[in-house]
Amino acid sequence: MGRKLLLDKAHIENIRLYDVYRQHGGYRSVEKALKSMSPDQVTEEVKKSGLRGRGGAGFPTGMKWSFLAKPEGIPRYLVVNADESEPGTFKDRYLMESIPHLLIEGMITASFALGSRTSFIYIRGEYAWIVDILEQAIAEAKHNGWLGKNILGSGFDCEIYVQRGAGAYICGEETALLESLEGKRGNPRIKPPFPAVKGLWDCPTVVNNVETISAVVPIINEGGEEYAKIGMGKSTGTKLISACGNIRKPGVYEIDMTISVEDFIYSDEYCGGIANGKKLKACIPGGSSVPILPANLLLKTAKGETRLMNYESLSDGGFATGSMMGSGGFIVLDDSQCVVKHTYTLARFYRHESCGQCSPCREGTGWMEKILLNLENGKGKMSDIDLLWDIQRKIEGNTICPLGDAAAWPVAAAIRHFRDEFEWHVTNPEDAVRRNYGIGHYADPVHVPVG
Amino acid sequence: MIKFSDHKMNEVQGIISRYPQGKQKSALIPVLHIAQQEFGGWLSTETMDYVAEVLGLKPIEVYEVATFYSMFNLKPVGKYMFEVCQTGPCMLNGSDDIVKYIFDTLGIRPGETTTDGLFTLKTVECLGACGYAPMMQQGKYYREHLTKEKIDTIIAECRSIAAASN
Repeated sequence: MGRKLLLDKAHIENIRLYDVYRQHGGYRSVEKALKSMSPDQVTEEVKKSGLRGRGGAGFPTGMKWSFLAKPEGIPRYLVVNADESEPGTFKDRYLMESIPHLLIEGMITASFALGSRTSFIYIRGEYAWIVDILEQAIAEAKHNGWLGKNILGSGFDCEIYVQRGAGAYICGEETALLESLEGKRGNPRIKPPFPAVKGLWDCPTVVNNVETISAVVPIINEGGEEYAKIGMGKSTGTKLISACGNIRKPGVYEIDMTISVEDFIYSDEYCGGIANGKKLKACIPGGSSVPILPANLLLKTAKGETRLMNYESLSDGGFATGSMMGSGGFIVLDDSQCVVKHTYTLARFYRHESCGQCSPCREGTGWMEKILLNLENGKGKMSDIDLLWDIQRKIEGNTICPLGDAAAWPVAAAIRHFRDEFEWHVTNPEDAVRRNYGIGHYADPVHVPVG
Repeated sequence: MIKFSDHKMNEVQGIISRYPQGKQKSALIPVLHIAQQEFGGWLSTETMDYVAEVLGLKPIEVYEVATFYSMFNLKPVGKYMFEVCQTGPCMLNGSDDIVKYIFDTLGIRPGETTTDGLFTLKTVECLGACGYAPMMQQGKYYREHLTKEKIDTIIAECRSIAAASN
């Protein structure tokens, strides 16, 4: 049973309400920070904790904070990224719905550290009812003196506002998010300048994920060094994993990053195994953008070591034989699922969500979608597989923002590990239309030899 | 001539007051949400021009935003919109069957509205409910773990609410 730091109180009845949250130790981190620490000391604790950005990139949070420019007389901003849109990812939603005050508490402490007197939560437009939950929590916090002017007599003023997006995956990219918050199309900006120097309304800005900011609460309460003792290597603390696809118990799980992928999938504490008595075929362990892995490479690395649910182990082997932790969106495919069809839905997703600024992404995503649809419908040619490979390679690294890479990687990994399945669609066009593929080929997907 | 009620205008002013002086353009997306809800569930040119006037923007600044975000409807939609997610994790759990069942039941394809103006079917990309698939958005809320029976219940629910409000 792993340690829980974020969701340990999520199941308490009425924890959404301020009084209950406060009774269970809520807002202690704000008291501690504002009464006994300087802003730089708060940042120092976050650095010591080894916390890495939980939105997908995994960049050290303390370092990101320390990059924030602090010119005299210019406001600074904290913006929380709640534009959760990476397919397979629904952890931030769960956190905001079940224990909204945790995010608000983390935001006040983080705003103090960064000197942000107006902080924003940018939430995806579809999470409309969560806006009400958050605004209720903000109103309660303000009513009880945790927001507003001169909080706890510290001289620090802070307000938090919730801003809704309106349906655009790209706004999860931090500079697109800022454009959207400024009332524009979500076209990512060229970096540098980074938001830490020129962000919201050209002012220094830190953009952090919901889970990242929530983790600030236990870090300040228990100290950065204590937090860093949980987990292993550079994967400190706990991570929320949203598990979905063909598993018995989909849901959001908080793990300390020492458990194995195999335990996570099969233990009853977590996913509870594959649904409907089927077998594990493949998995995308970190949100749709990261490489898919076949069962054998998912459970063990190419070196034969047990693969663990942490940043280092999931990426062991690079893209050739590994994947990434990403956002923690854990998508499991059983052995009756078709990798070509699944990859097609992802390609369609990226075509739909491309902002259209960069030609490789705008044109490439649509082209890949069309080819994959043809293959899936038994109208593909053998040469299409190489063409797909060629297109994805020419998107990767050639765009302003990482959406290009995110669109290229799933296609590349699907071809890398399941090329025979693509070929089968070409050679068996009638079967390709009639049924999903996989079960006949991978009699025992876990034990397919590597290489 | 369309116009926000005093109550809605106060809400709009409240949103504008969150931002620094001169940055009222930041209110555009929140105000478009309000306008879409107030003026018939979609954004006509007249509505967008009105929002531009309220925020002191050029109409083109509103058009370019309204056309970028998928939640803004640029043509009329039915009273009840079923936005069925079809991305990877929902597909793995049978979202294709849900879309087909809605077509079989209501006779509308994605993008179409029933002739009585009650229902619009739309397919959308990942709504962040992958663990509760298959799912759709209906108005402000998510309808999750969808089955054919559940779709029947939702349709009946919508019909009875519509009948009661007539």
